[in-house]
Amino acid sequence: MSDYRDRIIQIIADQAMLDPSELKLDMSPQDIGIDSLGLVESIFAIEEEFDISVPFNANEPEQSDFDISSLGAIVAAVEKLVAEKA
Amino acid sequence: MNAKKTKGEKPAKSARKPGKVKGKMKSATKAARTMLGRVIMGRHANGMRRVAITGMGTINALGRDVPSTLEAMREGRCGIGPLDFRDVDRLMVRIGGQVRDWEPETYFNRQQIVLYDKFTQFTLLAAREAVEQSGLVFEGELGLRSGVVLGTAAGGMNTWDENYRTVYEEGKNRVHPFVVPRLMNNAATSHVSLEYGLLGPSFTVATACASSNHAMGMAFNMVRSGAATVMLTGGSEAMLCFGGVKAWEGLRVMSKDACRPFSATRNGMVQGEGAGVFIFEDWEHAAARGADILAEVVGFSMSADAQDIVMPSAIGAQRTITGAMQDAHMRPEEVGYINAHGTGTAANDKTECAAVAHAFGHHADQLMISSTKSMHGHLIGGTGAVELLACIMALRDGVIAPTIGYEEPDPECALDVVPNEAREARVGAVLSNAFAFGGLNAVLALRKV
Repeated sequence: MSDYRDRIIQIIADQAMLDPSELKLDMSPQDIGIDSLGLVESIFAIEEEFDISVPFNANEPEQSDFDISSLGAIVAAVEKLVAEKA
Repeated sequence: MNAKKTKGEKPAKSARKPGKVKGKMKSATKAARTMLGRVIMGRHANGMRRVAITGMGTINALGRDVPSTLEAMREGRCGIGPLDFRDVDRLMVRIGGQVRDWEPETYFNRQQIVLYDKFTQFTLLAAREAVEQSGLVFEGELGLRSGVVLGTAAGGMNTWDENYRTVYEEGKNRVHPFVVPRLMNNAATSHVSLEYGLLGPSFTVATACASSNHAMGMAFNMVRSGAATVMLTGGSEAMLCFGGVKAWEGLRVMSKDACRPFSATRNGMVQGEGAGVFIFEDWEHAAARGADILAEVVGFSMSADAQDIVMPSAIGAQRTITGAMQDAHMRPEEVGYINAHGTGTAANDKTECAAVAHAFGHHADQLMISSTKSMHGHLIGGTGAVELLACIMALRDGVIAPTIGYEEPDPECALDVVPNEAREARVGAVLSNAFAFGGLNAVLALRKV
């Protein structure tokens, strides 16, 4: 599971142009400096990385089934989607 | 629709001479003079020409002509429904404002269809309706002094899509010889020019969702300045194919169920397709031949946000709205209706409402603003053209098209958005907003005749 975490952190860090070590699991996308377009791009990268389909609508991010409130929540949501796929 | 009233252009009027205009200005009424320099005759005080709309045509999800489209807008009917084309089952977004049961053979022969992408087909139908209504015949001098400027974002998207399939998916190494003339963004403009013998300035404008408004703004300025006597203008879009919708899907701003502009429950935009074409004509020319003038185009403004490639800017939108009113010598209090850009996305609608609130101050609470995209979908590069029909209906028929699908007020969109039902109201001046991806803004101002 930590493998997922590291891969997701790497994706988000690339998007934010930060070093992965600067990211903490309790940080929100805003804390990391990811705007709405950056979030859409990150989710696309996550979908490609894990071959999953993430239910995300940029118009109502908080209402999507996919929790993007923090980096930790994103990791948990991805783990859930991968588990559902298996 | 009006029958042809006159044939061709009448001989040039002596009123074209500057001296004559000066004489007319002296006789202008006091009331006319107080309207910030506007005169009642065919020219403005600064010598610029007035611009009349003398014909309109359309095809879109609400109808295949202007009367059926306006009837649908009056009734608040929704033209959005399940998409019907190849591979739609591979899409996540499966609704759109599609022109149903489209069979080009109904309107065009085989040789024409080989050359006309769907966006050109739509344009030619709309142009035919507009030209017939205007009664114009472009012979002799009038042909030389008339042109075409149309907007489209994607041009022949269906042609790209079909032929990429042929070479990539089916692995063929040969495509039809007319792929390029079919898909090029200027194809529709050129075919309109060919069809009617329009020999003057003609080109295509591509500014995404503002394409049609930019095109009509260009046409307005060309007639106003005297560079052309008549311009056919508007725009079209036919992006409802697998590749067209798939591309939009990627941005995650599309709704899967409905377009609900300004409603707190809105969850994205819905694509549409179709065309709108108008005849913009030198007022003196139109008046001299006794044409039925539908409305007057009085102002246009365009600007760039220079801020973000997709997120709209309230400041940019506000500057453009104010600019259009200034260009028209129009006081904010005169504006009774705005046809909103109103895409139904979270970002656009709140930004647009903030821009309107700032541009109009107290008057923002007095005016009506609606988004007809809730009915015909977002026609991208053709959208401003179809939406101008709602503006003309407001001025001419005193009917304000509604924003349908409205469920719940959003405090960030606290304007009179004419929810769900059309309204009767007399308005003397209207604006039509378009704010494109890329931060490119274009607003038109029209007055009642």
